[in-house]
Amino acid sequence: MVASDDAARADSSHAPARTVLDDQDISRALTRITHEILERNRDSAGLVLLGIPTRGVHLARRIARRMSDVEGRDIPAGALDITMYRDDLRLKPARALEHTEIPDDIDGKVVVLIDDVLFSGRTIRAALDALNELGRPKAVQLAVLIDRGHRELPIRADFVGKNLPTSLVERVKVSLDEIDDLDAVAIMGGQA
Amino acid sequence: MIKNLLSAGDLDRTDAIRILDTAEELLGVASRPIKKLPTLRGRTVVNLFFEDSTRTRISFEAAAKRLSADVINFSAKGSSVSKGESLKDTALTLQAMGADAVIIRHHSSGAPHRLAQAKWTNGAVINAGDGTHEHPTQALLDAFTMRRHLAKDGDGSLTGKNVTIVGDVLHSRVVRSNVLLLETLGANVTIVAPPTLLPVGIDHWPVETSYDLDSSLEKADVVMMLRVQAERMNASYFPSAREYSRRYGLDTARLNRLPDHAIVMHPGPMNRGMEITADVADHVRSVIVEQVTNGVAVRMAVLYLLLGGAADETTTDEATTDKDRA
Repeated sequence: MVASDDAARADSSHAPARTVLDDQDISRALTRITHEILERNRDSAGLVLLGIPTRGVHLARRIARRMSDVEGRDIPAGALDITMYRDDLRLKPARALEHTEIPDDIDGKVVVLIDDVLFSGRTIRAALDALNELGRPKAVQLAVLIDRGHRELPIRADFVGKNLPTSLVERVKVSLDEIDDLDAVAIMGGQA
Repeated sequence: MIKNLLSAGDLDRTDAIRILDTAEELLGVASRPIKKLPTLRGRTVVNLFFEDSTRTRISFEAAAKRLSADVINFSAKGSSVSKGESLKDTALTLQAMGADAVIIRHHSSGAPHRLAQAKWTNGAVINAGDGTHEHPTQALLDAFTMRRHLAKDGDGSLTGKNVTIVGDVLHSRVVRSNVLLLETLGANVTIVAPPTLLPVGIDHWPVETSYDLDSSLEKADVVMMLRVQAERMNASYFPSAREYSRRYGLDTARLNRLPDHAIVMHPGPMNRGMEITADVADHVRSVIVEQVTNGVAVRMAVLYLLLGGAADETTTDEATTDKDRA
């Protein structure tokens, strides 16, 4: 979600873009993450997948689809909007809310949060606060497509599609078919 | 987004739809185990009520508390206002206490406007009903309720919906705000009232008017009954309560002539047996109780959009970098 805002600005300044993952790479990474989640938790029965809007939700749905195929039963994916829990609300004009949809009671379940890019960790901190008020999960895990480093909080991902070392001036753009009509991860700006 | 909410006419289509969409998301908070969001923590909201109110004051209070704001309730009765304190001095007192938002209901039309324009307070001013002028959050919650029932999958507006508003238009601030907002959202409004209860200048409103309720029932998607405001009636506007209710009251026979999908609304408080019969008020197609529930969500949305972000929009640029990194 955040990465795409960056991208819009980077596009307008004609920054050079370097594609680091194509659709095949994304597909393979998601398949691997799906299996890693199942392997770690052994069973899909106590799992709740929650994507963080907007791109995290689409990733969560894709992972849920793959998981349903593997497990042979329907596994739902939800969405968790974290806007109201952000620590930077006062720095910008109020922004629109995204949709929150919790497919199942989260008490005693293993919740897997899914986002596109892990950066400062502040989004995940907000998501943990939001979860706290929805119930008491047995455990919370984090899956991200891209980990680009530069954490500002003691947060790490349990499942990572690709570690992408970046500098702070660079921007990571994740494009997904559902929104952007193509699957790709690109780095923009910097000395590319 | 605007800084104060003084009139439903201040909202353009984008802002109005944004408030309604935000309310849609916030409605879910009421069904959570913990009905609270941390968003307005540390902010102070003052309910400044110079006129009696149950649902609006409680609704604003619930909305502010669900967003974790601190709420100070002020009612004119039992305050220094009864000793003769002016609106200005009351406002300055509240400002000195650090109010981030002032929700004002006043018996004089224009009081919220004066409060906002005179800079007696730095906080956002939200009009919760002024005289016979406007009541914008009521219009928003009405539009929200209509949208949930009639235009769930649309573009967020109420384009082409027929709304019939019946009753004491002359004294109603609800109707003035509703007409402005419904026009912005693209609905067609028909106003039905006895000639004595239509205000001067209604020809300039973007509405159709009629003296006959029965003729506008068949095509109505929404029928909104207005309260006969006995406390503002200092002249005889109609011969008798019975005649009014016979000609302009909504009873079961009239309800049955509405289209199957049509809903019945009333901003409350109702005079059962006057403008609406008890059967109709409690009918499944009456959404009057739901309007109250939706009121909290809509007022949360208004408070969030007015107070949740940066107080000063000039800080936006410096903040961009921070946001990108979140």
